[in-house]
Amino acid sequence: MSDLLKNIIRFVVFLLVQVFLLNRIPPLHRFISPYLYFLFILWLPFKMPRLALTLVGFFFGLCLDFFTKTPGLHAAACTLIAYVRPFLITLLMPKEIMEINYAEPSIKSMGWMQYSVYILVLTSLHHTWLVFLEWLEVGDFLYFLGKVMGTLTVSLLLILITEMIFPRKARYRNNSA
Amino acid sequence: MRNVFLFISRYINLLFFLFLQVVALTLLFSYNKFHEAAFMGVANEVSGKVNLRYNNVENYFSLKKDNESLRTQNTRLLNLLKSDFDWPDSILSIVNDTIRIDSLEQYRKYLYLPAKVISTTVNSQNNYVMLHRGSGQGVGVNMAVVGPDGVIGTVVNVSRNMSVVMGMLHRQSKIVAMLKKGSGFGEVIWDGKTPNLVQLIKIPKTVKVSKGDSVVTSQYSDKYPPGHLVGVVEKVEDDKSTSTYVLTLRTATNFYSVQHAYVVRNMQKEELDALEKTIKKDNE
Repeated sequence: MSDLLKNIIRFVVFLLVQVFLLNRIPPLHRFISPYLYFLFILWLPFKMPRLALTLVGFFFGLCLDFFTKTPGLHAAACTLIAYVRPFLITLLMPKEIMEINYAEPSIKSMGWMQYSVYILVLTSLHHTWLVFLEWLEVGDFLYFLGKVMGTLTVSLLLILITEMIFPRKARYRNNSA
Repeated sequence: MRNVFLFISRYINLLFFLFLQVVALTLLFSYNKFHEAAFMGVANEVSGKVNLRYNNVENYFSLKKDNESLRTQNTRLLNLLKSDFDWPDSILSIVNDTIRIDSLEQYRKYLYLPAKVISTTVNSQNNYVMLHRGSGQGVGVNMAVVGPDGVIGTVVNVSRNMSVVMGMLHRQSKIVAMLKKGSGFGEVIWDGKTPNLVQLIKIPKTVKVSKGDSVVTSQYSDKYPPGHLVGVVEKVEDDKSTSTYVLTLRTATNFYSVQHAYVVRNMQKEELDALEKTIKKDNE
């Protein structure tokens, strides 16, 4: 399956899971709302041009916004992580290894430790920006802090479960391919 | 000039990112303020169709509960029928009614349009309910929406076949309501904390309130027909700074599982608006 087709399918599946599964779960607490959809952006291929990455992030967020009736909210957060992603990858990994060998970020391609840091940083960045924008209307600092921590915990748990259910086979790329 | 191009080509990524952020934030803040960004109309139709498909499946799971709630409503309405009431015949002579025109029809104030709920949220700060009925079927912006159990909200956005309702669980929702047992009217708002718990403010402390009192829509509202159940008082608190109460209500409508709704059209709204406009004009 080509990378493009795979990512288009992921785009739709992540969107549908977020809208019709996670958003329908009755909230346990006001601090907790489960988010998983942004994992799509974290799973995009390494060698995507940065401009395209930012644009895809924006568009993906906007698509979710159409369903949640909050135009711009998720788009802003997704654009942010899509923009920051390349910096983080260059920081975490030596460039020549990643470009030749693997297609996309995963436990296998980045290593256990690096991948966890990658997920943790981008997830907290996404949630902080998202909740901050939401908080501008509410204006209670405890709410802001609590919601970031609550959603962060739930999201990390969801990502862990996703990684365990779908172990992506990282294709090893050699020069002949 | 060359330097400008160099600058742009060097920072194109950053500039593009900032541009998209600005676009996103503009969309977000302008939408929340005015509730009607033009593009949402198109988006409604698309996301509405997907929601509708999902809802067709989802409906089956709550059929039992829905039937229950519709049956209770039917019972209540049947009990209001004229034929239920009987009184001893005390007429002495027969008089023919000479009025030809049915005057009731002319003065109809509220028209109920049934609609199916195709999606609802409770998780965020601003929750919306989506209906499968739009401008093509007589729904307009600012119409009231009630369900079989009680008040749902106000229509804020309409496309051809769908409409978006700002539910009671919305930071900007404000409904004029009163205590069913009488005096005092106030506003129902939501503090954004717990779904299905809303606040009734501006009820003066002179009114006696106790837990379990019903709160209904007021006749002062220009949208809602009077007497629709908003919620039941769950907690009574004093507002320290003013001489009013802050009452916590449990909403009559369960926003987790609402499936049917009625859009209420106020037939006299135009007349009322026109009248109010002349007052404003006179004052200027």
